[in-house]
Amino acid sequence: MFDWRWEFVSDILPRLVKATGNTLLASVLGYGIAAVLGLVFALTQRTRFALVNRAVREFVEFIRSTPLVLQIFFVFYVAPQFGVMFSPWTAGMIAIGLHYASYLSEVYRAGIESVPRGQWEAATSLSLGPRRTYSRIILPQAIPTAFAGMGNYLVGILKDTPMLSVIGVAELMHTANAIGSEHYRFLEPYTLVGLIFLIISLPTAGGLRRAEVKIRKKMGLRSI
Amino acid sequence: MKISRNDYPLQLEGETIPMVRFQNVTKRYGDLVVLDSLDLDVDEGEMVTIIGPSGSGKTTVLRMLMALERIDEGVIYVEGQPMTHMARNGTMIRADNKYLRRQRLNIGMCFQHFNLFPHMTALENCIEAPVQVLGLSKDEAVARAEGLLDMVGMLEKAHEHPSRLSGGQQQRVAIARSLAMRPKVMLFDEVTSALDPEVIGEVTQVIRKLVAKHNLTMLMVTHQMGFAREISDRVCFFYDGKIEEQGAPDELFENPTRERTQQFLSAVLEAR
Amino acid sequence: MSYIEFLTSYGPQLLEGSVTTAKQTILAATLAVMIALVAGLMRLSKNRFVYGTATVYIEIFRGTSLLVQLYWIFFVLPLFGLTLEKFTAGFIAVGMNLGAYGAELVRGGILSVPRGQWEAATALSMPPGKRMRRIIFPQAFLNMLPPWGNLLIELLKGTALVALISVADLMFMARKINGTTYLSAQVFGSALIIYYLMSRGLVTPYMRWLERVMARKLGKIK
Repeated sequence: MFDWRWEFVSDILPRLVKATGNTLLASVLGYGIAAVLGLVFALTQRTRFALVNRAVREFVEFIRSTPLVLQIFFVFYVAPQFGVMFSPWTAGMIAIGLHYASYLSEVYRAGIESVPRGQWEAATSLSLGPRRTYSRIILPQAIPTAFAGMGNYLVGILKDTPMLSVIGVAELMHTANAIGSEHYRFLEPYTLVGLIFLIISLPTAGGLRRAEVKIRKKMGLRSI
Repeated sequence: MKISRNDYPLQLEGETIPMVRFQNVTKRYGDLVVLDSLDLDVDEGEMVTIIGPSGSGKTTVLRMLMALERIDEGVIYVEGQPMTHMARNGTMIRADNKYLRRQRLNIGMCFQHFNLFPHMTALENCIEAPVQVLGLSKDEAVARAEGLLDMVGMLEKAHEHPSRLSGGQQQRVAIARSLAMRPKVMLFDEVTSALDPEVIGEVTQVIRKLVAKHNLTMLMVTHQMGFAREISDRVCFFYDGKIEEQGAPDELFENPTRERTQQFLSAVLEAR
Repeated sequence: MSYIEFLTSYGPQLLEGSVTTAKQTILAATLAVMIALVAGLMRLSKNRFVYGTATVYIEIFRGTSLLVQLYWIFFVLPLFGLTLEKFTAGFIAVGMNLGAYGAELVRGGILSVPRGQWEAATALSMPPGKRMRRIIFPQAFLNMLPPWGNLLIELLKGTALVALISVADLMFMARKINGTTYLSAQVFGSALIIYYLMSRGLVTPYMRWLERVMARKLGKIK
């Protein structure tokens, strides 16, 4: 149909599968950075220092309101002006990590705010300090609540990795572009890339939903 | 008459020091005065119950003593030492968080909605602070917690999460959790108000046991007049952020002298 | 070169790109709203074919990347005899992608209207179409406005990708200026600020205004 060539598909599939590895690696690395940095953003927005709160909130707001692809260019091209050369991977991970950290910080924040005030008061009345209150009482309850949002952004980051192709990270999209311009054929590479994304993201989304139910149950928390 | 800051002693001295002293304590939320220059002493081993209409500041008394919120004026002392303030260079300044955390060790509190940690089992709830704050070894903490869970009749459910326990059972675990810190003062903030009528008894039974067997100082806010009368050494009737009337339970319930007390008691007793 | 000089030299180009971005955003948003309404309502249908079609559409567009969809529409569709001009391909890809997300908002918004409202309309013998149009949808619309505000910002950000098929939007202009001047901080920084102002200075206030107007229309005090 429509001049679809299976032979060509079998030629290029190995390259695309290899590139899928890079796509997954970029997603996981980026998500790891975002998960940690996002928590930092969320917690610094809860400190007593009004100026810090404000600055972090504005920064998060700014990042969330501007396109990721532009941020990727910004990090990649602006850093050398200040004498730092980032490889495409490094620049990409910084940009995507920062971008999703901003989203995740909102998810964490909502999770923390969903913990009832009584839990803070119980921790206070038992003389638990702020660090222990967060690490042992509040976050263990906030994170399961945040889990659904965190999962959405894991799939979201996966689907945004093609933007890394613009600075030359050899992930799926970049490889498909290269194949396309080598062979002047775009039907198969672009269609395959779409299928690969579907094959990864649909089960991941379903799996995350099931994992959420399991985790909440294991922690003795009611399901939501 | 307004008392200036300097009139508060850095620590209480004398033959008989009260376990808890509220001296001229005022708490406001915006324009609303919730506690109005409150003076209240509670002696060691005494069981004091606070009753009164809603909005009269009853619960605020306990929350201020636990330093869950700041007071606007006055000082609260526990065992003669200031709780809400601390001495520095011979003057009183507002207590910092570290000082508050140390002082709160003297006090245990049980809440209307239990506030058990839902991600921990009953036993884990009871050993959390002893291990993390008091620095007990896990074995010591478990031994202590099991003894207390046994006392409140919850040892069999030690490994259940709160979501699997009834309200009465959760409240009993919460009492054990507070006692595990070996506080000198226990606060009960409407601990039976959120419970179904048929399980209130199991919680009041635990409090009775505490009064009978332990020399704890206790402050209780409750709507259960019968229980208050039976168990208290003294009952305080709060109205508009002030103690309108206080006295021995039989006295106060039989012969209230103030009109507001009479109105309140007849309204509450009639409603039953 | 000072920043003022930079702006006087390249400001007009950035402005020109911004106008294209605004056009792309408005066209894509219009398309997204229409798709979201149709697909969202189809998702509520009891007819399995209708429901299934909408589900497949939503899963495909939410399960793959906007960039993949954009390239597919621009480079692959011509092989099927459907050649779109790049400007058109751009806003169609963005609109179809965000429309799939919007469909779920429409569905959620309609489901958020209490059952009693459906029953009351039925009890008044309203036919299903009228019940939806006059009773359910106005209430659902108000409920779904806040998430639509976020979605429109995602849409505005999404239009930046059309630069990659050479639509001369803000992103495209920024890259072009960067390629000739290497003033990366100035040009990309300015572009970021313009996008920020468009999101928070135009989209967000417009959605807030719409929420207020709708709330007043429905007699809810906000």
